[in-house]
Amino acid sequence: MATRKAPETSNISKDDLLAYYREMLLIRRFEEKAGQLYGMGLIGGFCHLYIGQEAVVVGLEAAAKTGDKRITSYRDHGHMLACGMDPKGVMAELTGRSGGYSRGKGGSMHMFSKEKHFYGGHGIVAAQVPLGAGLAFADKYLGNDNVTFTYFGDGAANQGQVYETYNMAELWMLPVIFVIENNQYAMGTSVKRSTKSTTLFGRGTAYGIPGEQVDGMDVLAVKAAGDKAVAHCRAGKGPYILEMMTYRYRGHSMSDPAKYRTREEVQKMRDEKDAIEHVRDLLLQAGHASDEDLKAIDRDIKERVNEAAEFSKESPEADLSELWTDIYA
Amino acid sequence: MATEILMPALSPTMEEGTLAKWLVKEGDKVKSGQIIAEIETDKATMEFEAVDEGTVARLLVAEGTAGVKVNTPIALIAGDGESTATVPVAPPGAGPVAVVSDQAQAMIVPPASMKPAMAIPDEAPDMGWPAGTPVKTMTVREALREAMAEEMRADANVFLMGEEVGEYQGAYKISQGLLDEFGTKRVIDTPITEHGFAGLAVGAAFGGLRPIVEFMTFNFSMQAIDHIINSAAKTLYMSGGQMGCPIVFRGPNGAAARVGAQHSQDYAAWYAHVPGLKVVMPYTAADAKGLLKTAIRDPNPVIFLENEILYGRSFEVPDLPDYTVPFGKARIARVGSDVTIVSFGIGMALALDAAEALSKDGISAEVIDLRTLRPLDYDTVISSVMKTNRCVTVEEGWPVGAIGNHLSATIMTRAFDYLDAPVLNCTGKDVPMPYAANLEKLALVTVAEVIAAVKSVCYR
Repeated sequence: MATRKAPETSNISKDDLLAYYREMLLIRRFEEKAGQLYGMGLIGGFCHLYIGQEAVVVGLEAAAKTGDKRITSYRDHGHMLACGMDPKGVMAELTGRSGGYSRGKGGSMHMFSKEKHFYGGHGIVAAQVPLGAGLAFADKYLGNDNVTFTYFGDGAANQGQVYETYNMAELWMLPVIFVIENNQYAMGTSVKRSTKSTTLFGRGTAYGIPGEQVDGMDVLAVKAAGDKAVAHCRAGKGPYILEMMTYRYRGHSMSDPAKYRTREEVQKMRDEKDAIEHVRDLLLQAGHASDEDLKAIDRDIKERVNEAAEFSKESPEADLSELWTDIYA
Repeated sequence: MATEILMPALSPTMEEGTLAKWLVKEGDKVKSGQIIAEIETDKATMEFEAVDEGTVARLLVAEGTAGVKVNTPIALIAGDGESTATVPVAPPGAGPVAVVSDQAQAMIVPPASMKPAMAIPDEAPDMGWPAGTPVKTMTVREALREAMAEEMRADANVFLMGEEVGEYQGAYKISQGLLDEFGTKRVIDTPITEHGFAGLAVGAAFGGLRPIVEFMTFNFSMQAIDHIINSAAKTLYMSGGQMGCPIVFRGPNGAAARVGAQHSQDYAAWYAHVPGLKVVMPYTAADAKGLLKTAIRDPNPVIFLENEILYGRSFEVPDLPDYTVPFGKARIARVGSDVTIVSFGIGMALALDAAEALSKDGISAEVIDLRTLRPLDYDTVISSVMKTNRCVTVEEGWPVGAIGNHLSATIMTRAFDYLDAPVLNCTGKDVPMPYAANLEKLALVTVAEVIAAVKSVCYR
């Protein structure tokens, strides 16, 4: 069995590290609970879990300021929790109840929060890419210095509209960060089986967009790359691409036979690269927290997730009149 | 024998143009490929090249002349050795040159089939504005441009984006002059990338702006239809009312002339199918202006279907500082008692022509212009059918899943006992649009077909 490599020493503050730990753990526990509720039949349809990829959104949210926007695909629960949306509202949307962010009309893949500047939750692979550039277009038009984090996967990276968007984003110098969450599998098709490109961020070169590959399992590396990309965008230098090398531990959705990769491969990533264990080691080694402190955090988060689950079960079903509302503003 | 230079057709729908400028004078030698004139069409000013070599014997049409019909001789070129002096002034066989002054350009007479109904039936039709309102005559093109300019002046967050909307002044000149007035921030030339810029514009609408997206033609909206439906139309619902999308997608829709299957399709029924979209298809210039202004102010995604053939047609438009037309209100364009003809967009030209012809046969047809397809003014249609007991629908689109089908079903449900005959749907033929002139004519819905359908439902 492989062992974790020793974490690098870090000068990151105790408070920041603890915050990353909490936020990543919240996502993981939330997703584990969502998986359970799905198994109980309380969540229907598609449910794409973010377990394994937590460092990407948590690191990038740490680089964002109020007013910055984010938009992503259907694997969106982590992004919502990381930008501060209420776990109760997210879980109740998963169960299709009136307490959900879309009052039960969106589901797992379609949630939004104007307050938190979260623009979805999009079920069509790569559709969020031009939409994200459009959000950045609006900010530039309105003359503020907000940036938009536009997340998409390695699968979406082969959609034509991504490159239509790259072209316009650089042409018009839009403040958008394209975050490719390369979890190495588009559903069941590995990157190697879908492209001969060795890197995905490198495709930006054709449009003049700078970018880099980042260890997406290391929240500190993600935060550092995010800071750099944000500075580039806020300085009016146009878009930036971050290719986050990450890994999802669970299936694509809930009914994934997992024939396209081995159990050993998944276990090796968990053992050697897990983002939460990484921060846990940093906290312990630096003496920022004891085992007991971390257990207390775990308990606290479990309780929050349980409350969200309870809320999502107790929240009434959508009123039948809701069928006919919100079609037109 | 001198060669006649004829007024060229410079676009698929051009029937006449303005001879803006001669770049040669009588007696000049011209070479093949030399630019000899500038010709202004309703779409653009184009340079016109000589094909033959020779000497300009006569300029038959003075520069500045508007309304010069295609194929009118405009100059005579004498070949080598030919005397320019012997060339007759009026070439044999050429009819009188149509000379219309610049000032009278707005009064250019449209082809017969496109004339608005002039005959006044028993009751005055609904003009759409109160009697006594001052009006001015303008083309549909000018009306659309005025609507955009007025709304852009009124709201700094309204902007126009699309292919060739800026420096080129619009592929169909709808946006002519807007770049000069509003600058590159608000009149944005896009790369040819419909899927991408439609998505980007929807994102900008999520972000608080009010985009107007011009598709050079709606045929190209097929590249962008995922964003129109999945991103724009559904998001308000999917977000439980949080995230609206105030956006207008506009451009020419339907058949132009001789541009073949991929450029000749009516999307009215396609978009009218989708909850979350509003769908507008004006016929007159007044409706084009008033409905486009309403569309730009609407907080929902609006599909605004224009028609290339109608762009150059003139109508009366209320001369008011802020003329708007509400969605969901059909207009009774002609009052009648024997049959109801329901149409929209360019189909109205056929409906009105048919009604006029039918009146000579003693059939009084009421003609309803739906104007908006979503929301659709069912009540006006139903109450008309309850009065006339017969109905014919007219549209350019294909027959399967047509707007007329939906109207038939609605009429059957709500006014079955009032019907004296089955509702008939006049539509385009169930074929891709052919290129050949004779076949194209056959594929389109015609006035004769509308007349035949009306006679059929009247058992005449």
